[in-house]
Amino acid sequence: MKSLTKLLAGAALATSLALPAAAQDDPFKVGFIYVGPVGDYGWTWTHDQGRLAVEAEYGDAVETVFVESVAEGADAERVITQMILGGADMVFTTSFGFGEATNAVAANFPDVLFEHATGYLRETPNVSTYSARFYEGRAVMGHIAGHMTESNIVGYIASYPIPEVIRGINSAFLHAREVNPDVEFRIVWAYTWFDPAIEADAAQALVDAGADVILQHTDSTAPMTVLAEAGAYGFGQASDMIQFAPAPRLSAITDEWADYYIRRVGEAMDGTWTQSDTWEGISDGMVGIGEMTNAIPEEVRASAAALRDSISAGTYHPFTGPINRQDGSVWLADGEVAEDGALLGMGFYVEGITGDVPN
Amino acid sequence: MLSIDPVTLIVALIAASTPILLAAIGELVVERAGVLNLGVEGMMIMGAVFGFIVAINSGSPALGFVAGAVGGAGLALIFGFLTQVLLSNQVATGLALTLFGLGLAALLGVPYAGLSAPLTGDLFPAALSSIPVAGPILFSHDIIVYLSVLLVAAVWFVLTRTRAGLILRAVGESHDAAHALGYKVVRIRLLAIMFGGACAGLGGAYLSLVRVPSWTEGMTAGAGWIALALVVFASWKPWRVLIGAYLFGGIAALQLRLQAAEVGVPVALLDASPYLVTIIVLVVISSDRRRAALNAPAALGKVFHASR
Repeated sequence: MKSLTKLLAGAALATSLALPAAAQDDPFKVGFIYVGPVGDYGWTWTHDQGRLAVEAEYGDAVETVFVESVAEGADAERVITQMILGGADMVFTTSFGFGEATNAVAANFPDVLFEHATGYLRETPNVSTYSARFYEGRAVMGHIAGHMTESNIVGYIASYPIPEVIRGINSAFLHAREVNPDVEFRIVWAYTWFDPAIEADAAQALVDAGADVILQHTDSTAPMTVLAEAGAYGFGQASDMIQFAPAPRLSAITDEWADYYIRRVGEAMDGTWTQSDTWEGISDGMVGIGEMTNAIPEEVRASAAALRDSISAGTYHPFTGPINRQDGSVWLADGEVAEDGALLGMGFYVEGITGDVPN
Repeated sequence: MLSIDPVTLIVALIAASTPILLAAIGELVVERAGVLNLGVEGMMIMGAVFGFIVAINSGSPALGFVAGAVGGAGLALIFGFLTQVLLSNQVATGLALTLFGLGLAALLGVPYAGLSAPLTGDLFPAALSSIPVAGPILFSHDIIVYLSVLLVAAVWFVLTRTRAGLILRAVGESHDAAHALGYKVVRIRLLAIMFGGACAGLGGAYLSLVRVPSWTEGMTAGAGWIALALVVFASWKPWRVLIGAYLFGGIAALQLRLQAAEVGVPVALLDASPYLVTIIVLVVISSDRRRAALNAPAALGKVFHASR
């Protein structure tokens, strides 16, 4: 039912975008496919900020279009195709679930360039993937959460059980445990990226289960409102969510796509674009740590900043052994650093997390 | 299971169910009058944004709820004009209404994203709401929750026990016969459509003012479609709408709590169960032609033109 609204919304928007094919000297047209509304003040909003930065950088030389609230899955294929028929020369698809659709369309349009966020499929040379090392930010949030919780129960609103999300849970947990050996994580899977009512309910369920600090991997600000009322703490996700500072919002993981988008669109325009698989973190500026408010004790702010700086400087990797899997078997030996390949496919919890990863 | 507090579960269940309950009871009246309005989602989101804007600017949640109902009814009136006066197709118009409502609400709501709604305050004194068990369940809610239950009772009473209800049902069963008897079919349907819009708008306002409570674009996220399914699930009977809404909301609230309590249940199955139940109910009521005919209004979705 939910997908029906998105399908129809997508259809209507896509139709309106189907303008006559562009002539040769028209501006370079860049399309964006969003999974949520640009007004979510979270994930999609940050991508749209990137789009606006591209417009600001290249002015009349580029033209951008976007379709928001596109359902993940097969319908995305139609929306992307429609966008290309409307003249798009380059398309950014900004959600994991657009991966197959992006590659299917890319095979049909070899002259159009594709950029798929958080994906791994690059079946044709005109598809690149890019993502941010959000787990670096999660480590800092976990560190703060471990210090701030008094009930020793940290709640986690997760979206879908994919490696990206599981990696974030593991990273946050490891760094919370590091500073607080008694901390426990309670994880609720919302099975949505964006549904304010469900996100608010999930936050309430976690608060009712005793959590006093909550991390979210969903896109809306709804959990923040619940936390404000319950007197619990949380962290901005994707966007800064600064309007909830100094509490409940303690800090934030922010997504900074502008530099990447400007760079890739520039390369596409001057013909130097090549297929790539980009995964950048705090050091490259793709992951930002939002201001830490004074609701956090000063020494914790200092240690969190030190953690952030050591990750940024490359002297510390958030997944450094010894780390065991949930079942107690060794994943990383003492001092061993996780390889990107292992991180990209991460499908298990680390030791200490209770509960099972849903399949 | 033991680690889930049943009291907070029931409180959360009621909060989760109220928006879809309001939207569904409104749509039930519309459908009993023989009109299929698929624009519930659009009317809900209009109610959410109208209610939020007015509550922020006036500082009064009560005015916000009124504005939400007016916003929903206003959008419904557009649907009513198109389908009842200009005789457009109800299905297409309803779907268009949803798209229009979502878009317009997004536009109106732009300056309001990220703000927090004024708090609604407690309806009952703390002495009542702090009674163990019964206090939180019965006395901790917003006025809209009580209103929604009263509304179900009122709709049941009017539909089954009054002359006005009889006329409304007559219009929904056979508009030609009702017309021949001298009833103003179009006027009655317009009133029903506006009532449905007001209920959906109120449900939307409850979402943006109490349940979430802030404005986010697209925040109804399919609740209107669930409300539509609920009317069919309830086979057009008011009390069954109440049971259905609490069942849907209950499963949603329960599954989140089962996860938070780390009880190993297949979440996806639990999440899908309201829809499975709806499908089963649909199969059962459509398996018997007479039973189906008894329940669904005979003139549902049909265009009425007095000259024919």
